[in-house]
Amino acid sequence: MDILNAIVLLLNFVVVPAAAYGAQLALGALGVTLIYGILRFSNFAHGDTMAFGTAMVILVTWGLQAMGISLGPLPTALLALPFGIALTSIFVLGTDRVVYRFYRKKRSEPIILVMASVGVMFVMNGLTRMLPGIGVNEVRFDDGARFLFSVQEFKAWTGLTEGLSLRVSQALTLIVTALCCWALFRFLNRSREGKAMRAYSDNEDLALLSGIDPERVVRLTWIIATALAVTAGTLYGLDKSFKAFNYFQILLPIFAAAIVGGLGNPLGAVAGGFIVAFSEVAITYPWKKVANYLGFEPDGLLQLLSTEYKFAVSFVILIVVLLFRPTGLFRGKSV
Amino acid sequence: MSNTRQADATSPWRAPIMFLILAALFFAEGTFRNAMFSGSWNTALSILNMGLISAVMALGVNMQWGYAGLFNAGVVGFLALGGLAPVLISSAPVEGAWAAGIPRVALALVVGLGTLALSAQVWRRLSGIVRVPALIGTLVLGFVLYRYLFDPAVIAIEANNAASAGNIGGLGWPVLLSWPVGALFAAAAAWGIGKVALGLRSDYLAIATLGIGEIIVAVMRNEEWLSRGVKNVSGLPRPVPYELDLQGDTGFVAKAAEWGMDPATASAIWVKLLYAGLFSFVLLLLILLAELALKSPWGRMMRAIRDNETAAEAMGKNVTRRHLQIFIIGSAVIGLGGAMMATLDGLLSPNSFNPLRYTFLIWVMVIVGGSGNNWGAALGAILIWFLWIKAEVWGPEFMRLITAPLPEGGLREHLLGSAPHMRFIALGVVLLLVLRFAPRGLVPEK
Repeated sequence: MDILNAIVLLLNFVVVPAAAYGAQLALGALGVTLIYGILRFSNFAHGDTMAFGTAMVILVTWGLQAMGISLGPLPTALLALPFGIALTSIFVLGTDRVVYRFYRKKRSEPIILVMASVGVMFVMNGLTRMLPGIGVNEVRFDDGARFLFSVQEFKAWTGLTEGLSLRVSQALTLIVTALCCWALFRFLNRSREGKAMRAYSDNEDLALLSGIDPERVVRLTWIIATALAVTAGTLYGLDKSFKAFNYFQILLPIFAAAIVGGLGNPLGAVAGGFIVAFSEVAITYPWKKVANYLGFEPDGLLQLLSTEYKFAVSFVILIVVLLFRPTGLFRGKSV
Repeated sequence: MSNTRQADATSPWRAPIMFLILAALFFAEGTFRNAMFSGSWNTALSILNMGLISAVMALGVNMQWGYAGLFNAGVVGFLALGGLAPVLISSAPVEGAWAAGIPRVALALVVGLGTLALSAQVWRRLSGIVRVPALIGTLVLGFVLYRYLFDPAVIAIEANNAASAGNIGGLGWPVLLSWPVGALFAAAAAWGIGKVALGLRSDYLAIATLGIGEIIVAVMRNEEWLSRGVKNVSGLPRPVPYELDLQGDTGFVAKAAEWGMDPATASAIWVKLLYAGLFSFVLLLLILLAELALKSPWGRMMRAIRDNETAAEAMGKNVTRRHLQIFIIGSAVIGLGGAMMATLDGLLSPNSFNPLRYTFLIWVMVIVGGSGNNWGAALGAILIWFLWIKAEVWGPEFMRLITAPLPEGGLREHLLGSAPHMRFIALGVVLLLVLRFAPRGLVPEK
């Protein structure tokens, strides 16, 4: 029984939250890695793209709620998501047209593009803060049912002392992420456009020679990356809450995930997201109770690192990868 | 980069004229009282002082970016480390902290660093299948020993007079001494991070520094034994006299009366002038040193590396080594700026270290001023700082102006209310515009 309790405890506080967080990071890292693969720079504005997109989704959600539309047990934000993606894509394509295209045509150094993305980050950050009702507040926009099953229900079914709950937002995160990944990989591997994207990422000049329209590939990349970013941001916001600054901070774990998997490698980004999330949660979780169930009586909390330092975990992973395998686990773009 | 940095002929009068315009702005701020300017020399001088400190930080960033093309996205961290120095060197010693466990904390930190050094040696010396287990074993043992030493000592120190202290306190030495120490702290961190991230893709350094910046700030916020965390360390000693002492000094009061000023204003302005003198001295000294370095063979080598890494490498220059060198020097200058800032504020408040404000604002200063040109970076720093502060006043005024045609109501209210956030947008737009249309900045590199 104690073993079962330990397992349930672990599932409730480590596995489920880390899986949901990992899925959100994976979606974010996929966007970063796609932009890196095609446009060849690390997009610092990605976090604020997520924030901006989520803010758009929230506004549309409020609009839908005001009209009395809802999805029953599912959050209304899911219905608003396509609108949010469309609005954000228009904005992001605008930034590409106004900002990035110039440097791409000039073949500037990647670091100049990184710098430009910092400028875009500022603009998006300011715009997000200016949106009515969002600003710098913490916004909760999850409606519908909260739990698939709650701790009490679980305890009643199983008779264990420890409970397990699964929130709708967590289940939704996993399902949506799985769908997104499936669709993305199918698109990249099967469709004509996806193949064009991969070709362009592998060798720009060869791709141009074979008649691939670079602007089209770039546009498509921005749209896909934005869609992934907005989805990730919305799921993150549903799971926790929306606060613009958190999306700037999530940039570091996302970069770490993308680099761990190998920048430019979509499969690596997904794996990296889960690696970062599981390490982060496992290292900041106090293991005392689990140890108690397993028959140990530790003095301390058995917490390797306090939760304030969770970003240190992604950083350490990043450093380790840079030290030992700078191309990432899945062989991304060259060093 | 190379195609944007070729020297076009620019007027030699450009920099002096820019500095004159800047001086005129400060003069206007000090003398005219209207919707745009405060008309108070006190305000003008406090903006100038922080501007001078920003100029020092901008010099540091300029060394990294302008001389070597390195993107440091963690300026805030190096700056915060520098700010820690006045706390550790100059704040008053905390009674009982030594007995509570300073030696033990020091030992723990030595063990921690020793573990990392030992692991590096293990990795280098061993090979074959024992390598990975030995590395992991060293790390785990070191970590356990470190926590065993560290945790009880920290609890004891934080329990020691928690209301007013609860930290290790300082040495009580003169505050000016802490400035070079701040530079050293930042340099040490830069060495560690540069060792790992340099020599790889240019983006990697940006991402790694972004991380170290966040972590240093997180450490300062949470480690109460070190910097009292969010409780702030206040009352740092000053290198200049206190206003109250000046007001009590009959000689000073008589002097102030001669100038026709009341003692309170006069003392505030005098103190700020002293600070401005001190900061200007440091700034000018740094610019002098930097210019001398740039004109030396070393400086030519740095520029050669920046403009064409491959060619420089072919000439036998160790690019990664030189990058590490300049990254450390630049970070040290940023740390110096951080120490100066903590001294000016008289307090260290880790909660105020915001990356948008400290990392990226400094970046905008360098880019606007003219990357690669020390005078340009200094000019950009003071100018952008002036505009950043004044935008707080001008933003709402501007909003009121453009929303005047709108009917009274929710939308207008909202736009007026969100005017402060316009600063971020304005900053981003300025950065993008300069990067695109004047990539060499206001005062281009010669």
